[in-house]
Amino acid sequence: MTRADVRAAFEGEPALVPYVVAGDPGVEETKAYVEALVEGGADVVELGLPFSEPIADGPTIQAAIRRALDAGITPRDYLDLVRDLDVDVPIVCMTYYNLLLQYGADEAETPEDLDVSAFVADAAEAGVSGLIIPDLPLEESDELEAACEKHDIALVYIVAPTTTPERAERILEHASGFVYVQARMGTTGAREDVSGDTHASLDRLREKNADFPLAVGFGISEREHAREVVAGGADGVVAGSVFVDIIAEHADDGTAAERLEEKACELKTGAREGAE
Amino acid sequence: MSRAENTGKFGQYGGQFVPEVLMPAVEELTDAHRRYVVENEDGFIDDFRKRLRNFGGRPTPLGRADNLSERYGHDVYLKREDLVHGGAHKLNNALGQALLAKYMGKDRVIAETGAGQHGTATAMACAYLGLDCEIYMGRTDINRQRPNVFRMRTHGADVNPVDVGSGTLKEATNEAMRDWATTVEDTHYVIGSVVGPHPFPTMVRDFQAVISEEAREQSREVIGSLPDAVVACAGGGSNTMGAFHHFVPDDAVSLYAVEAGGSALGVEEAESYAPNSASLGTGTVGVLHGARTKLLQTGEGQIVESHSVSAGLDYAGVGPELAYLVDEERVTPVNVDDDDALEAFHRLSREEGIIPALESSHALAYLEHADFDEDDAVVVNVSGRGDKDLDTVIEESAKRDLDIAPDMEVFR
Ligand SMILES: Cc1ncc(COP(=O)(O)O)c(C=O)c1O
Repeated sequence: MTRADVRAAFEGEPALVPYVVAGDPGVEETKAYVEALVEGGADVVELGLPFSEPIADGPTIQAAIRRALDAGITPRDYLDLVRDLDVDVPIVCMTYYNLLLQYGADEAETPEDLDVSAFVADAAEAGVSGLIIPDLPLEESDELEAACEKHDIALVYIVAPTTTPERAERILEHASGFVYVQARMGTTGAREDVSGDTHASLDRLREKNADFPLAVGFGISEREHAREVVAGGADGVVAGSVFVDIIAEHADDGTAAERLEEKACELKTGAREGAE
Repeated sequence: MSRAENTGKFGQYGGQFVPEVLMPAVEELTDAHRRYVVENEDGFIDDFRKRLRNFGGRPTPLGRADNLSERYGHDVYLKREDLVHGGAHKLNNALGQALLAKYMGKDRVIAETGAGQHGTATAMACAYLGLDCEIYMGRTDINRQRPNVFRMRTHGADVNPVDVGSGTLKEATNEAMRDWATTVEDTHYVIGSVVGPHPFPTMVRDFQAVISEEAREQSREVIGSLPDAVVACAGGGSNTMGAFHHFVPDDAVSLYAVEAGGSALGVEEAESYAPNSASLGTGTVGVLHGARTKLLQTGEGQIVESHSVSAGLDYAGVGPELAYLVDEERVTPVNVDDDDALEAFHRLSREEGIIPALESSHALAYLEHADFDEDDAVVVNVSGRGDKDLDTVIEESAKRDLDIAPDMEVFR
């Protein structure tokens, strides 16, 4: 699937974009979890590729990344996992920039030649339809943007509560797939409520571009949150820590997949309610 | 020479690899650095220098180490950053950034710390300037640098232990960045070395450059000429860049950055561990904590846990400008292992009456291995004093049965 498919996933009904960490607790489990999420109503799945220094992630996802790394997942295992997935929704890879740089390091003749396009080419071939790189602001993304364009996968940018209108405009000009609207300050993690920052961010972005898909994430864990952000103008909701928590608690008792499906269904219902 | 004032790039190194939520703050800081530090707006630099003198105790002396000079057969001069208030060069930067935070109207300051020297310097500067201060410190470092934890608390700073990973500087930095991503609107992040996203590497270097500015001036009087070499230890590389900066255009002055060789060189991929902290000389290019630089990492790009007997050098990355100067062959990276650093600690204490920080002991230990000429004048930057390290040194010396170490058995 291509970047156009990522964008298309936000058309019509509001989209649910769940996130889980690949390889937590193991690659086989992740496949089952992704399938369960899609069964529960996921329209795009954001699949984390674990990096040892996840500075944009809160404690829940940090711990999942630690478990996945301890279990031994590598970037190549990750792409094999995506290749093996039997789902018909776009898979978006969320990871940090250094892993992309090192993927092609064997081919680089000098360090100056380190190049992210080897990863992008293999990822596209494996079936990844988009990338989210939280430590890569617009200022540093020329090279990756060109590679994503060449391989027709989306490079999803984040807009934060601190993003100035001028920056938001530039981000929208470069955006493909969807824009990830970070609902609050800080790092990822489930919260009790939806931040007031969200509505202001959505309104500002809508003013600049009425059509481009906007998905809200950071802190969404309940049906009511999903309803609220969609009612506030979002085209989709991203939720991660709530799913990662389910995996942490229930990977061992065998009920994780069914609970993930239920939670996805609940959030999707909330999103639909928000659109009514 | 490419300078990062505008682009944040030193050749292929540097940049601003940070989450979008931090970009506006990083832009604001870039602007503040230019206005206050580079252009001296509102007399910022005059104010800074006055405070460095009156609060920080600068200038620090450059003096000949007579006994070491005799031992090595060439002149050794010590730049005494251990005499800066607080006991390390760290105050030069912490005071500069805390003052900048004040000029920028931010009333809360956060910092990461490894050895605790930067945390202590930041806590002192915040007490002095009336700013709120919170420090992130890994659990391992808390245990091996306890006196500094108490010092930070005494100055009124909160110290947040970081329990993940190996509990050292890398994890503390991650946590400080996460805090900053949450609180950036009223908080300034005082990064402790010439690392991180632009403008930090340039700004921290500017604050630390007072070391080489003084040393260059003093060397004319004390040595009678420029030195032939300057030697400084390198963790992130702030005392290093500070000691080198004004000598960089002086091609006749050799510059040696001494890293922690730990217990062995190389990266143990399977263990995700490097038994050293020698990223500058032995690392590979990657992106960590906001900058492209030399790192200790696996072939896949996972950052490994580093090691050094000295907490302040125990870090998997290094400043981008230093990486650039090494590529340009202006700076020579060398390394010294744990054992030699410990011996150098005792040697300086015994022969010159100065207890150096374990970090600085690495720079001093390099003299044992270097082959300087008889008429060379070598300046060693003593980046800090070693009182904070006494527990570690006593323990590590006993483990190794070091001849040069004093016998402490009867006092146990
Ligand atoms: C005395 C001393 N020297 C050196 C260092 C290493 O830092 P840098 O390489 O930034 O000078 C530290 C760090 O804590 C330190 O306390």
